Amino acid sequence: MIATPTPPRVVLYEGPGAEPMEAANRRELFARLLDRGYAVTLAGQGSSATPPLATVIVLGRFHGAPPAVESAEGAVCVRDITGEAVEQTVEAVEAARGTRQMNRPPAAAAATGGETWKPWFPVIDMDRCTNCMQCLSFCLFDVYGVSETHHLQVENPANCKVNCPACSRVCPDVAIMFPKYHAGPIDGAPVSESDVTREKMKVDISALLGGDIYAKLRERSAEAKSRFSRERSADQALAERRRCLKKLADAAAIPQEVLDALPSPEEIQRRAAEAAARAEAARAAAEAAT
Amino acid sequence: MTDLPPNTTHDPQPRLLYCRCAYAQVVPEDVKDEVLAGLAESGRAFEAVPDLCEMAARRDPQLQQLASEAGPLRIAACWPRAVRGLFSQAGAALPKEGVEIHNMRTDAAADVLAGMQAASPASSPSGDTP
Repeated sequence: MIATPTPPRVVLYEGPGAEPMEAANRRELFARLLDRGYAVTLAGQGSSATPPLATVIVLGRFHGAPPAVESAEGAVCVRDITGEAVEQTVEAVEAARGTRQMNRPPAAAAATGGETWKPWFPVIDMDRCTNCMQCLSFCLFDVYGVSETHHLQVENPANCKVNCPACSRVCPDVAIMFPKYHAGPIDGAPVSESDVTREKMKVDISALLGGDIYAKLRERSAEAKSRFSRERSADQALAERRRCLKKLADAAAIPQEVLDALPSPEEIQRRAAEAAARAEAARAAAEAAT
Repeated sequence: MTDLPPNTTHDPQPRLLYCRCAYAQVVPEDVKDEVLAGLAESGRAFEAVPDLCEMAARRDPQLQQLASEAGPLRIAACWPRAVRGLFSQAGAALPKEGVEIHNMRTDAAADVLAGMQAASPASSPSGDTP
C-alpha cells in the first residue's frame, strides 16, 4: 500500500430536480476531470451508481436552490453549474479541493509543476502462484513480503523500480503481472503453454549467469566504467558500456535506471542473502502449516 | 446524502465502471476516448476512475465497495486477469460470477461499448472478455 492520499471524487448529478448536461459537454467534463486525477460519477439516470466515498463536490444544473448534501465525511460542496463552461467547472472543482494532496496523472502533474507516481508494481495472479518465493528471493528492494498465513504478498509496491519487470521473468509459473507493461503475458494477457516454457528458459539464463544476475550486472557495469576512464573517446566508451549492459539487461528486461541504482556488490549480497532467508523461512512455515 | 437518489442495490441493471488508465499509455487513446464518449453520451449512470492500478496501490476503499455490492458489474479496462489481480491485491476480490471485464487494450471501442451497454450478460461463464 502506498501513502498517497485518496483523491477527491466528483459527482455529476442529473436526477430529479436537475437538468441533464448536453452530451458533448458531459463527455468533455469527464475527460478533463479524469485526466487531472479525479474519479467521477454520473448519478441520477437509470441505475444509480454507488454513492462515492470521499466525495468533494456535487455538480448539477439544479432547478432552484442546490440541495444540502452530506456524506460520512461531513458536508459536501454542491455547485450549480447552470450556464457554466466546462473549463470553469473544472477550475471550480480544483478550487473546492483546496490544499488536499493527490497523486496526478503525468500530463496534469507536468502542467501544474507537481510530481507524479506511476503506479508500477507487481500484481500476483493467485490462480497461478505456487508460493515458491523465487520473486521474494530475487527482489532486492523489499517489494515482496509474507502474509500472516505464510503466503507471498506485495508488501511495498512503492519500492518497485518503475518499468522494471525483472521479477516476473524469474517466476516459473508466469504469475507476476505488471499491468502497465507493454506486452503479454507480463501485462496480464492470457498465459499460453509457450509462455510458461519461455519464462522457465529465462530462469535458466539467470542460473547460467551464476544464479545472481545482479552481481553479474554490477560487475559488467564496473568493467565498463573502468574502460570508460581509460579510453580517450568518451562517446566510444559509453557506447561500449551500453552494449555490455544491454546484453545482460535484455535477459531480464531490466531498465538502465535500475542498473544505475544498484547498490554496491557487498550490499547486493547482503540483501540477496536476507531475502533468500526470508523466502526459505516462509516456505518452511507454509509447509509446516499444511 | 439528501435529495440525491439512494443507492439502488436492487436495481437489476449492471453497474458500469470505466478506467481511464491515465498514468500510462498502454490503452490506445482513441479507444478509451471513444468508450468514454459512448458512456457519457448515453446519459446512463456510471463510475469513471483515473486509473485502477493507482487505486489498487492505495487500496482505495471504493474498490471494496465496487466489489462487494450486490448486482452485476461491468468494467471497461484492460486484461481481465490483470483487473481481477488488482482488485484482489487491494483486498477487494471480485466475485467469480456477475462481473464482466471488457478489454480496451485489444478490443475495438465499438465492441467494448456494445458489451458495456448490452441488454443481457456476456455469454462466457465468467463474463470476462480476454
